[in-house]
Amino acid sequence: MNARDASPVKIVRSTTWSAGPGCHGGCGVELHVRDGKLVKIEGIADHPYNRGTLCPRALALREYVNAPDRLQHPMIRTGARGTDTWRKASWDEALDLIEHRLKAVKDQHGAESTLFVQGTGRDVGGWLVMLAYNYGSPNWMQSLPGNSCYHPRLLAMKIAMGDYVVPDSSQFTNQRYDDPEWRVPECYVVWGQNSVATCNDGLHGHWIVHALKRGSKLVVIDPNYNWLASRATIWLPIRPGTDGALALGMLNVIINEGLYDKAFVDKWTVGFDELRERVQQYPLDKVAKITWLPAEKIAAAARLYAKGQPSALQWGVPVDFAPEGLTVALAINALWSITGNVEKPGGMVVARPAFGVTSYPMSQGAISKMYGEVMPKEQLAKRIGIDIYPIARDLHWRAQPDAVIDQIFSGTPYPVKAAFIAGTNFVVGAQDPRRWRKAFESLEFNVVVDLFMTPTVMALADVVLPSSSFAERDGVRAWWSPLTAQNTAVRVGECRSDAEICFELARRLNPGFRYRTLDDMYRFFLEPSGISLEEIREKGWIFPPKDSAATPYARHERGLLRADGKPGFDTASGKIELDATRMKDWGYDSLPAYTEPSFSPVSTPELAREYPLILNTGSRSIAFFHSEMRNIPSLRAMNPEPLVQIHPETARRFGIENNDWVWIENQQGRIKMRARYALVHPRIVLTQHSWFYPERIREDKDFGAYEANGNELIPGGLHSKTGFGGAQVKSLLCRIRKVEENA
Amino acid sequence: MTGKNGLWIDIEFCTGCMACEAACRQELDLGPTEYGIKVFEQLLNDGQTFNYVPIPTDRCNLCATRVHEEGKRPACVHHCMAQVMEYGPLESLIEHMKRRPRSVIWSPVSRSSQRPYHDLEQFEFLEE
Repeated sequence: MNARDASPVKIVRSTTWSAGPGCHGGCGVELHVRDGKLVKIEGIADHPYNRGTLCPRALALREYVNAPDRLQHPMIRTGARGTDTWRKASWDEALDLIEHRLKAVKDQHGAESTLFVQGTGRDVGGWLVMLAYNYGSPNWMQSLPGNSCYHPRLLAMKIAMGDYVVPDSSQFTNQRYDDPEWRVPECYVVWGQNSVATCNDGLHGHWIVHALKRGSKLVVIDPNYNWLASRATIWLPIRPGTDGALALGMLNVIINEGLYDKAFVDKWTVGFDELRERVQQYPLDKVAKITWLPAEKIAAAARLYAKGQPSALQWGVPVDFAPEGLTVALAINALWSITGNVEKPGGMVVARPAFGVTSYPMSQGAISKMYGEVMPKEQLAKRIGIDIYPIARDLHWRAQPDAVIDQIFSGTPYPVKAAFIAGTNFVVGAQDPRRWRKAFESLEFNVVVDLFMTPTVMALADVVLPSSSFAERDGVRAWWSPLTAQNTAVRVGECRSDAEICFELARRLNPGFRYRTLDDMYRFFLEPSGISLEEIREKGWIFPPKDSAATPYARHERGLLRADGKPGFDTASGKIELDATRMKDWGYDSLPAYTEPSFSPVSTPELAREYPLILNTGSRSIAFFHSEMRNIPSLRAMNPEPLVQIHPETARRFGIENNDWVWIENQQGRIKMRARYALVHPRIVLTQHSWFYPERIREDKDFGAYEANGNELIPGGLHSKTGFGGAQVKSLLCRIRKVEENA
Repeated sequence: MTGKNGLWIDIEFCTGCMACEAACRQELDLGPTEYGIKVFEQLLNDGQTFNYVPIPTDRCNLCATRVHEEGKRPACVHHCMAQVMEYGPLESLIEHMKRRPRSVIWSPVSRSSQRPYHDLEQFEFLEE
């Protein structure tokens, strides 16, 4: 149908974030609306983040928003959990019920007995914190063992350098690649990420391609010969889980060959001598043996990286999933630090929220600033896991997920009774998913908020609330710079945004709640910027000035990183701590070290005889975001079946041909996927991430959640001893065999 | 005009992201398994060859309405995440190709402008 033959099209400009494309977003978009219905999405050509471009998931927005299977009104369960038995309810009835039940839990057991659970960092985390704190529970959490998605990396950076850094792709200025100060990275390391299938944590994956076009030389660390690997100067098909050894080997080369930036190390780091001593334990022949990489290739990669003026490094979630993820991240942090690539054009630059606006509170400071001192100290002290994990206690204002699951089963020191679950489908997505499901099945009351029916809704929800896509809500965001706005284009059914839902409940549960309307709250967020809500909505995005704390470069020299305004980094010593004092204070090794995966030919040789292949789960497809979108026809058509990537030679050895259905088995169980030849390391197989079959939700007793789900093959309890990292989803063992006709 | 304009695509940097497929599907209002352009993979076990090549289908009309009435670039060119596509007169596209030889130029002609689509749904046995 042409635009001409119907009523006029209204264009609303907005910014992507979470539901819709699913990702952490940042793309500027035009949303075209006709007769109250979303008819088209188009990238804004002059938006600095995406420059008009969009991914297939964003481009399928119209299909996603208007999907016939959207949840469109609140529902209350009428039968047993796990059955498709619901009745429609009004918002008032559903919220009354939730309010009543959560107040009862609070009166009988204490507010800490209710959990507030999110998945990845979508536009719900900030709202869950608001709700949890105004209700009085300190137990806000991420539904992921070891918090193993970016948090180990974030905390390693926080511990060593006081801030978070990201590769400089010129993203913090409006001119982007034309900014006269920006430089093309001479070397760009892509560490464990198929970046062209993702946009992670403030980095648009294709910015790496733009750097490549401008002359960057790539080092790709990935067991799979993916497209980026094919364009790399050096490809390192690493044995999964050994990233820590590789980083230490590269540090060994760079330090022993004197390739580090001596001036930067002297002036801006502490602990270099200790690090130098530590890396002597990782000579290249030893590292080569651990990682299955030739020593000379590791050396060549280290030299290319160290000699790059500048060099950038993008890392992926395998760093977190390594046995001691946070420690691996410390080692990689040392790589860019000793080569002086910090706060340098085209190197690694500090990411700070634009104008100091906090729209996504992650610290106690930010929480109390926004909502007041809503929780007494003794209540805060009940946060689950802080007695076991001092890093969680001191730096991470959430409950530690593994400790939460244990406490649900043990009931000590206090029982867990209820959960408010939003933006997560952990019945599919958590490792050892049946244990997570069982834990939450034991609770008295569960609320699940989602856009679609999921195995988590089906298995656990007593009340389900219909949430909205980004096209159906307002918002402001400073994650990180520029400041951006989301503007409502359409409404669908009775769906409400996570912000609206949590706001209304926070108001009901805390009579002294600070804000009257969401707009009041956005205005409060915006105060430090001096920008009005109307202005940011109108303009869509605004960069802070060049001399601000949110704009590179050399902020450590200019005194922009520390609260006291002195030059230096925001650490106790004012320098980057290669030997991390805080780790020492908490009783951990303060220097990077290597830990072998729990299941491997080295640590469990007998098991490895039975299961001779390395199982690497979690490969990403651009058609999907985590477990989402298998129900969106055009996206599903891009990747209709769950795939396991196998080297043709390995497949032949196991009697498997391309496109055969294959059982992937280990000591945990078995899953079924379609074989796809790939040039992956012959001893490694790669399974796609978080698959479930939405079409079977109502047919199967397990809601289609397990048959093709790699998490089924991952034992629980593999999180790091710090509580941050581990889960080891990339480095398990398995065998494969063809699915016979009648099996 | 159609026939004199075309698409230039830099094969060295096409990542196979399928944004062109999705952008086209929206623009031409195609069904979930219909294509105005489709990305093909060329992955050979020779340690050298790994390319993605988008090829316009017989439905591609080079976004006639969008280009000539709305003054925009074709939907695939506009949304391509790797920014490896250009639209324009064939003569100018040759200049891109001279500059970046690992590339292709397509000169799509919408089949519907030449001959009708044939109804294939009569062959019901094709669907398993």
